[in-house]
Amino acid sequence: MNRIAKKPFQFLTRQNLTFLLGRKAKNLKTILMHIKEVPLSSIYHHTHHYLEQHEYLSPEPPNDFAYWITNVLQNDSLGEKIAGIDLRSLDSLEDIRTKLIEVIENGIMQDPESAVRNVPTGEEFHFMAAQTFVFPTRYLARDLNEFKECLKAVSIFSIYYHIFEARLFQPEARFCHWIENSLENKKLADTIKRLDPYTQTLDNLRQNLIKIVTMHLEEN
Amino acid sequence: MANLYEYEPIVGKDVINELELYASKLKGLSVQHVNSTAVGGGVAEILIRIVPLFKELGINTCWDVIKGGGKFFEVTKKIHNALHGQKVYFTQDEIDVFIQTNEQNALEMDIRGDVIFIHDPQPIGLISRKKEICRKWIWRCHIDFSHPDTFTWNFLKKYIEQYDVSIFSAPAFARELKIPQVLIAPSIDPLSDKNKELPQETIESILELFKIDKNRPIVTQISRFDYLKDPKGVIQVFRKVRKYIDCQLVLAGGGATDDPEGAKVLAEVQEIAANDPDIFLLLLPPSSDIEINALQRASTVILQKSLREGFGLTVAEALWKAKPVIASSVGGIPLQIAHKYSGLLTNTIEGTAFALKQLLQNPAYCQKLGSKGKEHVRKNFLITRHIRDYMLVLLSLSYKGKDIVFL
Repeated sequence: MNRIAKKPFQFLTRQNLTFLLGRKAKNLKTILMHIKEVPLSSIYHHTHHYLEQHEYLSPEPPNDFAYWITNVLQNDSLGEKIAGIDLRSLDSLEDIRTKLIEVIENGIMQDPESAVRNVPTGEEFHFMAAQTFVFPTRYLARDLNEFKECLKAVSIFSIYYHIFEARLFQPEARFCHWIENSLENKKLADTIKRLDPYTQTLDNLRQNLIKIVTMHLEEN
Repeated sequence: MANLYEYEPIVGKDVINELELYASKLKGLSVQHVNSTAVGGGVAEILIRIVPLFKELGINTCWDVIKGGGKFFEVTKKIHNALHGQKVYFTQDEIDVFIQTNEQNALEMDIRGDVIFIHDPQPIGLISRKKEICRKWIWRCHIDFSHPDTFTWNFLKKYIEQYDVSIFSAPAFARELKIPQVLIAPSIDPLSDKNKELPQETIESILELFKIDKNRPIVTQISRFDYLKDPKGVIQVFRKVRKYIDCQLVLAGGGATDDPEGAKVLAEVQEIAANDPDIFLLLLPPSSDIEINALQRASTVILQKSLREGFGLTVAEALWKAKPVIASSVGGIPLQIAHKYSGLLTNTIEGTAFALKQLLQNPAYCQKLGSKGKEHVRKNFLITRHIRDYMLVLLSLSYKGKDIVFL
């Protein structure tokens, strides 16, 4: 049955403008210091922008901190631990910041000398931050069929917003929230909640969402 | 000139639709760009394409060029070199020429935009009009700012900090400034004469014109004849490689009206090349975009062995043509090339020669690097992304300090 939603789903899209903060780190000690001090929009930028900018490289590398610590600082084990942080399980940017601090502090505790091992000049970590602009699109879904068609038509930036950013900035704009609350379809909402978007390309993610909704429509 | 919808098959309909969406939030705003040359160099090349597309999106946009004599452009060239890290000394007379030329332009220019986009240091002094007419002022820096000469930096900083926002092309260019600093990479236009697809006959006829042998490998660097592009280093690389692999070297580039040093560099490079029949030194006039396009497409490997680089648009141009590129890890080049994935990054003549030998002998590796490079450019360095970022900067002027803006 193709139930009509209590409230239509408004597809949003977004773009980020990147700001340079003028802060740079040359070793673990300084990157840790800056991670503690930078605005949350910087934590967001460095843990998420790679997914979009290097989309064709995805699912690797997962975030700027892991990339720099592994490839520039050449601290493979710590880099791997940062890459392995389960961002999906952290519900706020403050939680992500806290987890990053914890993992880096543990790394330094295990190898205190690593804290002040410098990278060559010119390869420092440059801190940036994102200003996010969210726009309503012309795509509106009143039921699952329309939702599926919109998924095919909207830009990759719209998918990105509803999957990654809505979780952090606007929980009611998540796909799963609308499906659960407006379509009252908890089973489908739970299936979408279980997707780990951080380990697939955005195009794959779009295809997976379409597949899940299509299968659900066929089964019901 | 291409219209917006001609980009649809390249970037996708969704991207074009969204550009219209952002533009709809800027209706009624007028934007004025100001730089120092109408022809030649990356800045003019970008503005020639961006200004009409902004207009097509319904944003009232105009472009003005400052006036300056030979002495002024000699000073601005010195400023350019100093910002790239060269040690240069300015006489009081030179400083006065810079200040007076800017003051004269500030008096004469019709400042009519709600937002004024000043490009690079040459017209930076126009900001003196801000006190009188207000408006929003953006300073867009296209130069490598990673190791600026201290005196020059402090001189320019007094101007920069009067702007509302500054824009840089790479993260390493960020400085300690009282105003916000935005990161925006420049872009290439896939439909311009320099980057559009070309028939094989056109490519071959241009090789014939320059007497380049199409049957032997061609190694090319496209850039102005400028010390910072290290043309002499490129010849050294070529000579190290040619000992083992038969190949030809093409060093080709145009001049710009704001670069008086080009002829001197070319003369020095000619001396080093010493009439080597396999080295082609081509000083091309500004209208040579098709020739440059053909030379890039005919190349086996493309080099960009710059010592300093603002962004290095020639790298994006080569990647867009799916060519394997070896480039120095300077300026904005590391943003364009993920080492060993979408090209090779090197730091020395020896390293570049080694990488070149590798690529000339591994066509399959070349193909893999080229195709990944092309996709990276499609997503990040085409003009549609550039227009989007400029629109976001314009929007951000109204939402200072807000991390997330719902429109």
